[in-house]
Amino acid sequence: MADLQLKSIEKNYGSTRIIKGVDIDIKDGEFVVFVGPSGCGKSTLLRMIAGLEDISGGELTIDGKVVNDLQPKDRGIAMVFQSYAIFPHMTVRENVGFGLTVSGVPKDEKVQRVNEAAQILQMEHLLDRRPSQLSGGQRQRVAIGRAIVRNPKVFLFDEPLSNLDAALRMDMRMEISKLHKKLDATMIYVTHDQVEAMTLADKIVVLKDGEVQQIGSPMELFHKPANRFVAGFLGSPSMNFVKVKVVAHDNDSITVSSDVIDEVVLPRHDRDVAVGDTIELGIRPQYLEPHHGELKGSMHGRVSLSERLGTETVLDITLADGNKVIASISEDKVFEVDEEISLCFDIEKVHIF
Amino acid sequence: MKKNSILTRHNTTGWLFASPGFGLMLLFIVIPFILAIAFSLTNQRLMSPNAAEFVGLENYTNMLDVGILVVDPEIDASGNILVDKNGDNKYPRLRKFTRNNPDYPNVQGMKEWFSFSWGEQKVAIMASDLVFMKALVNTLTFVAFVAPIQGALALILALLINQPLRGIQIFRSIYFMPVVVSIVVVSLLWRFIYDGQNGLLNSVLNTLTFGHFKAVDWLGNQDTALGSIMAMSIWQAVGFHMIIWLSGLQTISPTLYEAAKIEGASPWQTFRYVTWPGLRNTAVLVVIVITMQAFSLFAQIDVMTSGGPLDSTQTIVYQAVERGYGKQDISGGSAMSVVLFLLVLSISLLQRYLTREKN
Ligand SMILES: Nc1ncnc2c1ncn2[C@@H]1O[C@H](COP(=O)(O)OP(=O)(O)O)[C@@H](O)[C@H]1O
Ligand SMILES: [Mg+2]
Repeated sequence: MADLQLKSIEKNYGSTRIIKGVDIDIKDGEFVVFVGPSGCGKSTLLRMIAGLEDISGGELTIDGKVVNDLQPKDRGIAMVFQSYAIFPHMTVRENVGFGLTVSGVPKDEKVQRVNEAAQILQMEHLLDRRPSQLSGGQRQRVAIGRAIVRNPKVFLFDEPLSNLDAALRMDMRMEISKLHKKLDATMIYVTHDQVEAMTLADKIVVLKDGEVQQIGSPMELFHKPANRFVAGFLGSPSMNFVKVKVVAHDNDSITVSSDVIDEVVLPRHDRDVAVGDTIELGIRPQYLEPHHGELKGSMHGRVSLSERLGTETVLDITLADGNKVIASISEDKVFEVDEEISLCFDIEKVHIF
Repeated sequence: MKKNSILTRHNTTGWLFASPGFGLMLLFIVIPFILAIAFSLTNQRLMSPNAAEFVGLENYTNMLDVGILVVDPEIDASGNILVDKNGDNKYPRLRKFTRNNPDYPNVQGMKEWFSFSWGEQKVAIMASDLVFMKALVNTLTFVAFVAPIQGALALILALLINQPLRGIQIFRSIYFMPVVVSIVVVSLLWRFIYDGQNGLLNSVLNTLTFGHFKAVDWLGNQDTALGSIMAMSIWQAVGFHMIIWLSGLQTISPTLYEAAKIEGASPWQTFRYVTWPGLRNTAVLVVIVITMQAFSLFAQIDVMTSGGPLDSTQTIVYQAVERGYGKQDISGGSAMSVVLFLLVLSISLLQRYLTREKN
């Protein structure tokens, strides 16, 4: 278990810059999730930490020691891959004990440590099976077992749940969370799934195009997104953005309006604006409150799709200017397609970008 | 739904499409094979005015019969053993026993294959078809050396060119090149390399040893001829098996190598725990293919040595052809091919049994 620092880490393939100077501080025992859209460089970053990719620039420190040029095995890390990467011709027991076998740990100790790991993951009954006789979830359990048996300082997970079906994914997610609490180990977890990020992380690192967008706790990121990208990436369905014009502003408030929103006064955010500027309002679907008829709310549109899930109703709304917003109500409410509606929102919950 | 066309509804269509290939296989593989079995049971000659007669297994017994002859040393009138000038016991000539000797019907017409001494006596192993026996031993020797060496060498080459280095394609092509060239051409070229006077091999060895190396007639010498052909055969086909290994290597997921690296496996451990188990099926294929190819050794012999010197490079296939067409004894040649077939079949089955999935 250890601290871990990334200082202006870079990765280039030829002249293509993939990771463009990333700084992250990870504390001992922290569960850090790297999240971002596919292709943003999450795996590359993780693989650099693991030692599977060379570091083009910057400094990687594990437990106070610069490890840029160390082999993976000397970095004290263990990694779990999306495709499990368990050895197909070995039994579960041999797979879990592989790291101990290659480092020449005595047999008795190996048996004991493999059994311990199996017990933690509740897979003692699987030890003599072969990978081909296991389900996807069980395979991933074996891969995690192989990681924990070596007592690494840092666990690395690269989208470990992406190959599993939805129900299993949720189970395994909880299991990994429990595992983190039990082992109290430093874990770095890569995913493109914001739900996994929100539920697992102590600290989320949002990446886009090889750059850090924001680092913080899940709730910090959710309630105070640093930019439009982070705001749009976290939360489901994702945040609505509506373009408006600044009509007036003073020290405490900004007044905005547009073709689809009646004039509304918002609390002042720490952002410089001038009258006539176009800015974007970010409103989460859960904070839009639709009403029948055009009168009640300050935003106007027409229902183009209504999805009723029983406990939740999701409306796809086309605004007067043709843009779309989504509203999500946490109860079952009937709206007809093509119905004219108006939307209310709490001005405290509006983000300005 | 669209109705199936008449073409796809009838089984006949399938057979029609298969028929060219099927017909050719029938004509050139199945029929000759059946004919060979049939001929081997007769006294058919390649060209003969007489009708062939059924002779049962005579061709096989003529070919495979071996006998043991235990010979007492010659003694003089006073009962002392006669010795030659080297001090070895003198034995009567074996001809006395094999030519019309009613006391020794089991070695009638046989020749000495090899012999060893047993106390004062000499034990001679006799064979009725000495050339075939030599061909059999040579073929088995060839297989025993070529199969493992060629397989291992091909694997090493495949591992080397499986690296993600720039220009590795060039090496791939170079190693594969000899496979593309006809074996007859390769054999001709290697005859120059192995030439006794000013062959390339002799010159190179001569230069490397500053003139101390005495030129060897590689193909004209009983002790080196078979070895030379082995070396050249290994070189020629190694690229083919390299490609098979390579295709096997590329089915192994790169993530497994990464996992092994993370777990701290050394290069040897990576080979042992990841690469080799991943090559299981490929290994079975390579071993069986190499063995079958090695057993069918013919062109090199035909071009380079014609079985000589002193039958030291006779092989079963070469003998079968020589017997069947050279000597026009098509039934004898057929019997040999059938024996070869059974040999290869049983070895292949054995290999498959030994390499079966143990679960
Ligand atoms: N070996 C490579 N050569 C060139 N580009 C690469 C290589 N590996 C990855 N990339 C590029 O790096 C970017 C980040 O990839 P990756 O880290 O796998 O993304 P993520 O895991 O976030 O989906 C991608 O645009 C990908 O095309
Ligand atoms: Mg990835």
